[in-house]
Amino acid sequence: MANLIDIRGVTHAYRTPLGPLPVLEDLNIAVPEGEFCAVVGPSGCGKSTLTRLVAGLMKPDRGEVWLHGERVTSPRRTVGMAFQNPVLLEWRTILENVILPLEIVAPRMPRKDRVDRAMALLEMVGLKGFEAKRPSQLSGGMRQRASLCRAIVHKPDVLIMDEPFGALDNFTREDLWQTMRDLRAAEPFTCVLITHDLRESVFLGDQVIVLSGRPASTQFILNVGLPADRRIDVLYTPEATDMLHILRDQIRIAQGREGEVH
Amino acid sequence: MEVARKIGVPLAAILMFLALWEGIVWWNGWPNYKMASPSDLPPAYARYWELFLTMGWQTLWRTVAGLGLAVLFGTLLGMVMGFSRIARDGLYPLLVGFNAIPKATLVPVLALIFIGQHDFNTVLMAFLISFFPIAVSVGIGLSTLEPEYRDILRSLGASKLTIFWKIALPKTLPEFFGALKVSVTLAFIGTNLVEIVSPHGRGLGALFKSGETNGDYPLMFAVLIALAFLGILLYYAVVALERIFAGWAERPQH
Ligand SMILES: Nc1ncnc2c1ncn2[C@@H]1O[C@H](COP(=O)(O)OP(=O)(O)OP(=O)(O)O)[C@@H](O)[C@H]1O
Ligand SMILES: [Mg+2]
Repeated sequence: MANLIDIRGVTHAYRTPLGPLPVLEDLNIAVPEGEFCAVVGPSGCGKSTLTRLVAGLMKPDRGEVWLHGERVTSPRRTVGMAFQNPVLLEWRTILENVILPLEIVAPRMPRKDRVDRAMALLEMVGLKGFEAKRPSQLSGGMRQRASLCRAIVHKPDVLIMDEPFGALDNFTREDLWQTMRDLRAAEPFTCVLITHDLRESVFLGDQVIVLSGRPASTQFILNVGLPADRRIDVLYTPEATDMLHILRDQIRIAQGREGEVH
Repeated sequence: MEVARKIGVPLAAILMFLALWEGIVWWNGWPNYKMASPSDLPPAYARYWELFLTMGWQTLWRTVAGLGLAVLFGTLLGMVMGFSRIARDGLYPLLVGFNAIPKATLVPVLALIFIGQHDFNTVLMAFLISFFPIAVSVGIGLSTLEPEYRDILRSLGASKLTIFWKIALPKTLPEFFGALKVSVTLAFIGTNLVEIVSPHGRGLGALFKSGETNGDYPLMFAVLIALAFLGILLYYAVVALERIFAGWAERPQH
């Protein structure tokens, strides 16, 4: 199968008053259609930069980003994005927040179809009955669920998430992992998930990519090889424990701390 | 109950204020040519009510017109400053400098440039004095919009204009209305400044001046109260608009 996301030799530096700050260095990532790619790496290594490049919000200095066999040079309607902060619009209800992308991507779609689509997603993530509420009336986990619905309401073929569960407590986070797994079963999208949480990367990912410290390049690729319909228990199996160990060691290497006793 | 409290409490406060005023004047035994008391006001209104209506209307429409201009121009200027760093850096010192000029000094300047255009001068002054808070608040609101808010729509290829309409504009509305409340009172000051200072002026300011020249203290105080009333009226009109367009910003109190 062809790679839906293909990042080839991407190199990028930010121009700062103190001179160029190299952030990505000859980065290569390939994600086949329908796969879930989790990306981990040390803090500040350039993960968010990577998401902005894939979304076409920025152009890399060198190298190419390809989606669906087309080179990305500007934002595309077939991309969905979710951030650590749910960024819901307070002047809209939850339902209207979820509908927002459709107003841009499908301006001629009948109102009823939009509402039906949004309501179906809200129900899938367990927000049925909350569609008329304002974002501030919901808990952090519920807001993030609504934000996920908004990210996929227009049926993007690529979903890019930048630490979407980072600000949530552990139990809520595990709930959302399961929600994410169920959404994937129902909606065919190819996914890039940036995360700080190794357990999250193993539970959700088909492959886990470890980025090196800044400037980031691909340091290690782990093929998870677990079935798609995982349950949280899977994290307590020996295979998962081994993978978590490997990833932990790789992160230490990326941080340049592999020699330390821990 | 809720409504009774919302109307009753401010009304009681006003009555208490008037009673205090009456009491102080009575206690000190001040004569009318020193300080009028609230009980002197009804006769003043009764005698000049026609003048109050026409002059009050003059003041009101010119203030609202000036305010309307201030909203248009202030929003445009705020947009320019909010979207362009260069414009912001260039315009801020100019704006602050202009705002620092006491507007009373501009009255004779305007009067010389636009001789005899009393209405125009008054509206212009109301505008000049009141656009600044609006421009600054819209500018700051737009320039401090978190990039993630923009990226929700930008990542879908939405145009800058769409992002402005759907995200930036509604998000700055609360700040805009906050500034508008300040501008309302400023605009009144501008209008009255011109009305009072101009020879042969019209409006409540001119009525105030005629009271002054004739030593009619109850009339002067009656004008002040009428101005306060108009100010409150306009202020609550803005509050009503705010409820309609930015009511979402009011969070439930815990
Ligand atoms: N617009 C910018 N201009 C200059 N430097 C930037 C800019 N954005 C990010 N950087 C710098 O580039 C580096 C990588 O940033 P990025 O946000 O991609 O890292 P990250 O891996 O997402 O970090 P975190 O784990 O904290 O989310 C950081 O050192 C950051 O300070
Ligand atoms: Mg980041």
